[in-house]
Amino acid sequence: MEKTLEAPAEEPLHVHGPLGVAVGSVTRTFSGRRGEVTALAGMSLRAAPHEVLAVVGPSGCGKSTLLELICGLQRPDSGTVRADPAVLMPQRDLLLPWRSALDNAALAPRVQGLSREAARARARPLFARFGLAGFERARPDELSGGMRQRVAFLRTLLAGKPVLCLDEPFAALDALTRQEMQSWLAGALAAEPRTVVLVTHDVEEAVVLADRVVVMSPRPGRAVAELAVSASRPRRRTDPALLALREQAMAALEAA
Amino acid sequence: MLAALIVLALFGAWELYADLGGVDQLILPPPHDVASSLWNDRGYLWHNLQVTGGEVLLGILVALAAGLVLALAMHLSPTLRRAIYPLLMASQTIPIVVVAPLLVTWLGFDLTPKLFIVGLVCFFPVVVSTLDALASVDAEQLKLMRTLGASRVKTLLHVETPSALPGLFSGAKIAVVTSMIGAVLAEQAGSSDGLGHVITYATGQLQTAQAYAAVALLSLFAVILFALLAALERWALPWARTARKAT
Ligand SMILES: Nc1ncnc2c1ncn2[C@@H]1O[C@H](COP(=O)(O)OP(=O)(O)OP(=O)(O)O)[C@@H](O)[C@H]1O
Ligand SMILES: [Mg+2]
Repeated sequence: MEKTLEAPAEEPLHVHGPLGVAVGSVTRTFSGRRGEVTALAGMSLRAAPHEVLAVVGPSGCGKSTLLELICGLQRPDSGTVRADPAVLMPQRDLLLPWRSALDNAALAPRVQGLSREAARARARPLFARFGLAGFERARPDELSGGMRQRVAFLRTLLAGKPVLCLDEPFAALDALTRQEMQSWLAGALAAEPRTVVLVTHDVEEAVVLADRVVVMSPRPGRAVAELAVSASRPRRRTDPALLALREQAMAALEAA
Repeated sequence: MLAALIVLALFGAWELYADLGGVDQLILPPPHDVASSLWNDRGYLWHNLQVTGGEVLLGILVALAAGLVLALAMHLSPTLRRAIYPLLMASQTIPIVVVAPLLVTWLGFDLTPKLFIVGLVCFFPVVVSTLDALASVDAEQLKLMRTLGASRVKTLLHVETPSALPGLFSGAKIAVVTSMIGAVLAEQAGSSDGLGHVITYATGQLQTAQAYAAVALLSLFAVILFALLAALERWALPWARTARKAT
């Protein structure tokens, strides 16, 4: 068969890592003006390559800290963090207001040394595939909240790292848009499989999207429960198996 | 529009006051005398406006370029920042009126001392506002750039410098105003042309109307320059306005 230089649009980007993510009894303490705050104490989790792991926990239990540890932005005080190269998608989209949607999505290849045009060429096929066609030239302030999160997700994808750390990506959206974005993300991950650590407040979001759900205790955070979600994809929110898992996860959260 | 009405009203009041003999016309000539001086001496005034305008524009450009470079350097190196900030502040307390004649004696009657003085008074607002804008970039954004694989330099280039441009413009707008004062003081300290020279000379000759005409030209020039800068900013940084509205 003949090979073309341009990969066909449906071909995934093929980003693999051998490790996935392994966090082993990690402790992280911050010393601030008000004394010491232990964000994480004895936190452990694993995500196999291409597994989608959701992490749910109460506010302030160290979820964002966990993601920064996985991304190598912080070091643990004790314990181990072993992970393939990881990229962060922060809660706020942090799109650059002076760049078009396309140039925002193409930010990673651009700062990694590609020319503007070469970086755009990487991003363009993804716009068509993931429901952003026609918005390439829009500035972020011209996009809806859902659109902005899509662009932010494509920016994360185009960093070319095997692990995606998503920090409450849809928390700021209204309920309807959030559901829409969850389906969108499920589709995007089916097309572009990655190792994903998805932090969320939303138990429904966790069971709809993840292969496994880790429940964390209040601060200092650690894993207190783990649920496997075996329902096949595409999933329906109203699937009784998922509803039962939601109840289980809620119970674990309350017990923690 | 409203500004034009206010100016008109002020001129009306001034005309009345001067015509009714409220004050010696050598001290405060009525506006119509100033207007006729603007018209009658237009060649002379135009030539001198060009001289002052050139000094101001060149001085601002020098201050912008040097200010941006210094702000970037201070942003990258906290040590440099701590070392230079006090010096920068100190440079602003130099009484230009006193130092200008010395500089002229030292650097000569030509453009150099004027550029130096204009640059000196413009430098501070440019550096401070640019530095503030550089430092205001979100810490989260910087973390994000690291995980996207950006080096320090790439982040500076693609994130911090563009976010600092509105700050650079604010600095430039302040600089427009202060640069006028700087240029006039420099010319008064020693020069054979420029509007500062016109003002000194005309006052000495008791041609007060001409001195006022020169002042009016200076103000007009400053207003036009300011408006041009604002228009340039709107054109070059369309995102900055909406971003400010959003926050
Ligand atoms: N750089 C820091 N310096 C001091 N304290 C910090 C720092 N980062 C986090 N903390 C503290 O550590 C704790 C955990 O923070 P973290 O942001 O990881 O929680 P979170 O689970 O992401 O919370 P949320 O659900 O509100 O996003 C909090 O009490 C926070 O105040
Ligand atoms: Mg958080």
